[in-house]
Amino acid sequence: MAKATFEVPELTQYTEVPPITPGAMAHSAPFKSREEFQTPLGFPGELVEDWQARAIDKMGELLGKYRSLRVYMDACVKCGSCTDKCHYFLGTGDPKNMPVARQDLMRKVYRRYFTLSGKLFPKLVGAEDFTEEVLNDWYSYFHQCSQCRRCSVFCPYGIDTAEISMAAREIMDSIGVGQKYCNEIIGKVYKIGNNLGLPGPALEDTLEGLEEDVYDDTGVRVKYPIDQVGAEILLVTPSADFFAEPHVDGLIGYGKVFHEAGVSWTLSSYASEAANFGMFIGSYDNMRRLAQRIREAAIELKVKRIVFGECGHAWRVAYSFLNTLAGPWDFLDPRYPVPQHICEFTYELIQQGKLNLDKSENDDKVLTYHDSCNVARASRMGNTPGGQFEIPRAIIRATCNNFYDMDEDTIRDRTFCCGGGGGLLTDDLMELRVKGAKPRVDALNNVMQEKGVTHMATICAICKSQFTKVLPYYGLDMDQIVSLHQLVSNAIVLTPGPDDEDEDDDEPDPDDPNDEEETDEAA
Amino acid sequence: MAFLTNFYAFLFYFAAFVLVAGLARKIIQYARTPAPLKIPTTPAPTTGRGVVLRMMREVVLFESLFRGNKWTWVFGWMFHFGLLLVTLRHLRYFIEPVWFPIQLVQPFGIYGGIAMILGLAGLWARRFLVDRVKYITSTSDHLILGLLIAIGCTGLLMKFVFHVDVVEIKHFFQGLYSYDIQPLPADPLLLLHLFLVALLMIIFPYSKLLHMPGLFFSPTRNQVDNPRERRHIAPWARKLEQS
Ligand code: SF4
Ligand code: SF4
Repeated sequence: MAKATFEVPELTQYTEVPPITPGAMAHSAPFKSREEFQTPLGFPGELVEDWQARAIDKMGELLGKYRSLRVYMDACVKCGSCTDKCHYFLGTGDPKNMPVARQDLMRKVYRRYFTLSGKLFPKLVGAEDFTEEVLNDWYSYFHQCSQCRRCSVFCPYGIDTAEISMAAREIMDSIGVGQKYCNEIIGKVYKIGNNLGLPGPALEDTLEGLEEDVYDDTGVRVKYPIDQVGAEILLVTPSADFFAEPHVDGLIGYGKVFHEAGVSWTLSSYASEAANFGMFIGSYDNMRRLAQRIREAAIELKVKRIVFGECGHAWRVAYSFLNTLAGPWDFLDPRYPVPQHICEFTYELIQQGKLNLDKSENDDKVLTYHDSCNVARASRMGNTPGGQFEIPRAIIRATCNNFYDMDEDTIRDRTFCCGGGGGLLTDDLMELRVKGAKPRVDALNNVMQEKGVTHMATICAICKSQFTKVLPYYGLDMDQIVSLHQLVSNAIVLTPGPDDEDEDDDEPDPDDPNDEEETDEAA
Repeated sequence: MAFLTNFYAFLFYFAAFVLVAGLARKIIQYARTPAPLKIPTTPAPTTGRGVVLRMMREVVLFESLFRGNKWTWVFGWMFHFGLLLVTLRHLRYFIEPVWFPIQLVQPFGIYGGIAMILGLAGLWARRFLVDRVKYITSTSDHLILGLLIAIGCTGLLMKFVFHVDVVEIKHFFQGLYSYDIQPLPADPLLLLHLFLVALLMIIFPYSKLLHMPGLFFSPTRNQVDNPRERRHIAPWARKLEQS
């Protein structure tokens, strides 16, 4: 199908641990950021003169600011438990993609400049000067980590390589060595409000189009409002939901759920992006600045609650950091957690019996579910640990008849990354993305063979984009990926409003049933 | 003889100082470094009690390692549990009168010593036999393993082959408490054993042995999963709020 300039790995029944192939992915590195993308984020435009000294200073600063980094630099015993846990290692065999070896790229510099043993006996403890060669390795391999935290699950000390690659990226940004994809996107959010650079009027158009589509489909006027002051709920969702397949089907689903719940809700053109790429580059400042937009929008629109749409790392930032970065949220309704995940919202309605679901609408599919890393290993849903695994599955079971999980070793907190997270969802890293997806695709292919699975549902915009792009390399079909709320959307039986003609089969005319009380024109 | 005794007395004062001061310095450093964001690896406990339990499972059972690699777990756990028994057995040199539980543990200490060496041997073998583990191994990893095995072997040799006068050893260490240096038996095996132990104490705060205190400070393991309920803000991050 898709043309590849590299060898696409053969799928295997169980992902085997490859022998190490040093340097296999040394050539892989994302495009470097340019001055125009660096400066708005507060970083130098290009590699600074005294980069080495400044990088070491920055490292010292981060060691003092982040306990995680400090402890993780010291604590590793090289036990090897993490060596075969990274999907990028499993897919490429490059030993520097073993989490511990990736950490060591930073650890050797840390040892050299910050520890007695590394200052006295560098050779003995594997300490090295921060040379240009080392910097190049950093740029390559810290951009071959999707910050999925799978390695941290199996490390006896919980060493989280994601924390280390975030710190490394921040250090590199601080000396002017940025990654184009992430930094350009963050700049777009500052300027226009979302990752895709969609301006307000374009969003309004899209949402109006959606209302019409849903009306044509169902005969029910489901609203997709934006910038509606005084709405109860502010929905913040990844901008991919506004137009791309299969994302938009999820957005349609959220609207239907809100419709059935009978709550008023709105999107915001100012905070029209749930994603927060500040996390990927390890920048607290940028992450905070991005998160603050949501607070500003919530105040502006006078909402009572905040709900997040389907996006993995956005949910991590929202669940774990939003309160810290942009709180306090005392102006919102205290009866609800801030923020809530759309799955929590939908699940509650299902439990209360408020959704009328016709499972047979999804009978054309046999489903499996992909736990997205940032949801699975870095956040929660509901009140009990592990709710992030159970709630989405409960929704799937409530909306379709055929559901099978993939192999236990590849789901829940052992889930494999889609291969495109952590700011690596860019065409310049296609080889890495395809190879890194192998363990996930192996497991998917397995349930396809054994259980006849046809579709995989997921709740992360990056996963959806990544899979639709890489599955064809493995001979699978991009349409096999669905939004979780697409299943909800299909199954939900809508309650017609007073302005909807019930049981009317003539060609729906979007103009005539327009009412006076509430028009669908966005305010 | 007096020279050797004095040398060892000095060595142990020095080693104990480095160990305690070095560890204290590190622990203070870890404790003082803020953890600005909640980053527990989930599913994580939502209460403090849950966190204590999670930590205990890590410390006692090596839970995550068990999930990660069974062989490393077997050898690693054997070594650490053996080391614990050996340490308990050795407490009799340092306390007077010897507590009853420590008396009970004495015979097990021997098995502990054997388990420790077997565990270490297994861990060391992995460093040669598994290509991934070989790749990440540095010279210092070999040296630490060698040091620990040498300590274990010299200890066991004294138990089973070349006996030494344990009463005198005890006098020596008891004397150190009150700066009253007692003669140490000039047994080469004992001297080697003690020298290696002192060496281990000295490198402890400067090596990967820091994993011991580090474990307790690991935010992915010791944080409560409650960020929606509580704001969690580090002092340096609070400053951003004012600006
Ligand atoms: S965080 Fe994920 S991508 Fe990064 S090293 Fe660990 S397993 Fe690999
Ligand atoms: S599992 Fe942890 S301690 Fe073991 S090698 Fe990996 S990072 Fe180091």
